[in-house]
Amino acid sequence: MPLYLDEDQQMLADTASEFMAEQGGIEKQLRHWRDKGCKDGFGHGLWEQFAEMGFTGMMVDEDHGGLGMGHAEAGIVLEQIGRNLTPSPFLTSSVMAASALDAASDDLKGRWLPGLVEGKSVFAVAVDEGPKHNPQSIKTRAEKSGNGFKLTGAKTFVVQGASADMLVVAARTSGGDADDDGITLFAVPRDAANMTQDPVRLVDSSMASHITFDGVELDGDAVIGDVDGGRAVLNKMLSAGRAGAASEGVGVAGGAFDMTTEYLKQRKQFGKLIGEFQALQHRAAHVYSELEIARATAIKAAQMLDEDAEKADLIVSVAKAKVGKVARLAVQEGVQMHGGIGMTDEYDIGLFMKRDRALHEFLGDHYFHADRVARLSGY
Amino acid sequence: MAQDLDAFRAETREWLEASCPEEMRQPVDGEGDVYWGGRNAEFKNEAQKAWFEACREKGYTVPDWPKEYGGAGLSPAEAKVLRQEMARINARPPLSSFGIWMLGPALLHFGTEGQKQHFLNEIARGEIRWCQGYSEPGSGSDLVSMQTFGEDKGDHWIVNGQKIWTSYADEADWIFCLVRTDKNDKYRGITFMLFDMTNDGVSTKPIKLISGNSPFCETFMDDVKVPKSYGEGIPAYVGEINRGWDVAKYLLGHEREMISGAGNKERSGSLGPKLARNGIDNPVLRAALAEYDIDALAFGCMGEKFLDELKVGKGHPAQPNMMKYAGTELNKQRHELMMSAGGSRALEWESEETSGGTPARSWLRTKANSIEGGTSEVMLNVIAKRILELPGA
Repeated sequence: MPLYLDEDQQMLADTASEFMAEQGGIEKQLRHWRDKGCKDGFGHGLWEQFAEMGFTGMMVDEDHGGLGMGHAEAGIVLEQIGRNLTPSPFLTSSVMAASALDAASDDLKGRWLPGLVEGKSVFAVAVDEGPKHNPQSIKTRAEKSGNGFKLTGAKTFVVQGASADMLVVAARTSGGDADDDGITLFAVPRDAANMTQDPVRLVDSSMASHITFDGVELDGDAVIGDVDGGRAVLNKMLSAGRAGAASEGVGVAGGAFDMTTEYLKQRKQFGKLIGEFQALQHRAAHVYSELEIARATAIKAAQMLDEDAEKADLIVSVAKAKVGKVARLAVQEGVQMHGGIGMTDEYDIGLFMKRDRALHEFLGDHYFHADRVARLSGY
Repeated sequence: MAQDLDAFRAETREWLEASCPEEMRQPVDGEGDVYWGGRNAEFKNEAQKAWFEACREKGYTVPDWPKEYGGAGLSPAEAKVLRQEMARINARPPLSSFGIWMLGPALLHFGTEGQKQHFLNEIARGEIRWCQGYSEPGSGSDLVSMQTFGEDKGDHWIVNGQKIWTSYADEADWIFCLVRTDKNDKYRGITFMLFDMTNDGVSTKPIKLISGNSPFCETFMDDVKVPKSYGEGIPAYVGEINRGWDVAKYLLGHEREMISGAGNKERSGSLGPKLARNGIDNPVLRAALAEYDIDALAFGCMGEKFLDELKVGKGHPAQPNMMKYAGTELNKQRHELMMSAGGSRALEWESEETSGGTPARSWLRTKANSIEGGTSEVMLNVIAKRILELPGA
C-alpha cells in the first residue's frame, strides 16, 4: 500500500475534515461542554451525528451494520478529531472496543454493536490499574461463580468510563499478576451491581473514572473471546488504540502548528512580523519536518495493522512514541511563539497543549513505547 | 500486472543468486569497498569485477534508465523489486558514481538526444568518472555568488576560476561545472558546462579533512579552453547557455535526496539490534538507542512515503530539503551513538581491528552531512520560505 491516501481515502478525509470543522469545532464542542461543566465531557448529539456520517461503526464488519473499514480509515477520522480537539468516544468505542468485540461471540456482538453503529451507545476500556500504563500487570480478578464470574479489583484512567454503556474490562482468571496467559476480557454493562465509579475531570476537560469492582457478578456470555486467552485480544485492542492515538496526536500537533504559523504571519513586534525572524523560522521549519515524519509513521502503523504485518507492533510503538515527542514539541513551541496570549484561556493554543498531555499519557507515553521498541527489537 | 511483478521477482532472485558473488553480499566497510569506475579504475578483487560486469551487461548499474542509454529500462515497480531483492541479500551497489546520482538525472531531464546517447552510456558502463564543480571559496551554500568566469570566444569559452570541495576531483576524468558566463545577472548568467579534466589549465589539490582522508579537492582553472560542442548534437553545456542555474537546482534536489539517505536502509534502519549483539548493559545507553531507533524507523517511514509520493508526482517540491535536513541530523546522531557503543575501540585511528579506524573516521565524515549540499540552516530557510510561506524569508 503506498503511503499516501488513495482516492476513496482522500474523499473520506475531505468529508471528515469538513464535518469536524463545522460540527466538532473547538467553540461548538470542547469549550461549550467544558464551560457547562458537562459530566460526560462530550455531546451525545454529536455522537449521533458521527453515526449519521457512518463514523461510529466504520471498523465494524458489514454483517453487523458497519462499513468494514480499517485502521487507516479510522486514522483519517482521528486526525481530524485531533485537529479540532473534538471531544467524542470515537477512539475508545469505535476503534478499541470495536476491535475487542471483533473477537466476541455473535450473541455479544448482537447485543452491543447495533447501539454503537447507531450512535446510541458509548463504550469504554478498563485496562490500567495505576497512574502509568502497564497492561502487562493485571491484578483485577474474575473468579468462576456459578455459570458466570465474580469480578473484584480496581481500574484507573478509564476514559469516559462514567458515560459508557459498556466497559471492556481486562481481568485475570488465572495465573500470576504479570503472566501473559490467564487474562480474560469481559463486556461489563453500566448497570452492573457492585461497580462504583469515581469520575474526575482531567487537564484537557475530558472525564475519566477510577472504577472499583467489588464482587461484580457477570454472566458467562459477558466473556469476549476465550477464557484465559484474552491477552491476544487485549494486545490487538491496545495496538488499535495506540495507532489511533498516534493519528489523533498528528491532528493535535498539526492543528497547533497551523495556528502557530498563522500567528507568525500576523503578529508584529519591533516593527516586523515575527515570522520574519530567523530564530522563529528555523524552529517552525524544524517542527514542520518532525511533524511530516510523525505523520508518515502514523499512516505506516495503521497500514501495517490493516495488513497484519509482522512488525506492526514495533511500528505502532514507534508511531505512538514519535508522535508523542513531536506533538509535545509542536504544542510547546505553539504556546511559546504565541507569547503572553498563549498563556490565556481565551486563545485556543493552550487547549492543544492540554489535549496533547492527556493523549500522550493514554496507552503509554513515549518512555513506555521507547522501552517497548527496545524489547521488541531484542535489546 | 502483479503477476508480472511476481515473475520478475523470481527471475531477479535467480539472476542475483547466480551473479552476485558471496564477497559482494557484505556491508560496505570503508572506501576501498566501493567501485567508482573511470579511465584509471582498478578492481579491488575478482568478485568486485565479476559483480560489476554482470550488472553492466544487464543494465543494472542504472536499472531505471532507458535501454538505449545503458540502463535496463525497468518500470518504477520493477526497480523497487530489484532494490528489495538486492537489499534482501545485502548486495553492494555495483558502481558508485556522481554520473549516476547527479549528472545522469540532469541529462535525462535537460540533455539533448546526442548528449544522452554519448554521456549516459559512458556513465552506465562506468567508463568515465565524473566530479562536480559547484562550490567556490566564498560561495558555499550561497552558490549563485560564484565567480568562476567563462569568456565567450565564439566557438569556445576561456574559463578561469577556482572550485572547492570538488569530491574526488583528483581521480575524476570529467567535470560538470557551473561557470558564470554573464556577470550582470546573478541567476541567469550561469552555464552548466562539461569538460575533460586533462584539459590544459585544469589542476587539482586534495584537501585533508578532520577524518584524515582527502575525498575533497580544490580545483583550479587557468585559461581552460572549453569548446561549445563535442560534435553534432552534443553541446558541451546542459540546458541553455546562461540558464545553468535551472539544471543546478534540479541536480541539487537529487544530491540532497542522496545525502538525506532516503530509502537507504543502512542509514535509516534501527541501530539497537545491531549493537545489542555485543550486549548493552548500560540502561542509559539502551534508552538513548531506543530513542534513536524511534527516530530512525520513523524517518524510514517518511522516506518510504516520500518515494511513494515522488512516483505519482504528489508532495511538495521542497520536500527533499526537509528530507535532507532531517536525514543528515539523524545520521550524525547515529554515528555519535556508534562511537559511544564502540567505546575506546572506536577511538582507534589506524588499527587493523577497526579496519583503518573506520568508526572514528566515519563519525568525523558525517559531520559534513549537514554542511554539504546546502547546510541545515539553508534547508530550514527553504522550508520556512517555500513550504511554510513565512514572511520575508
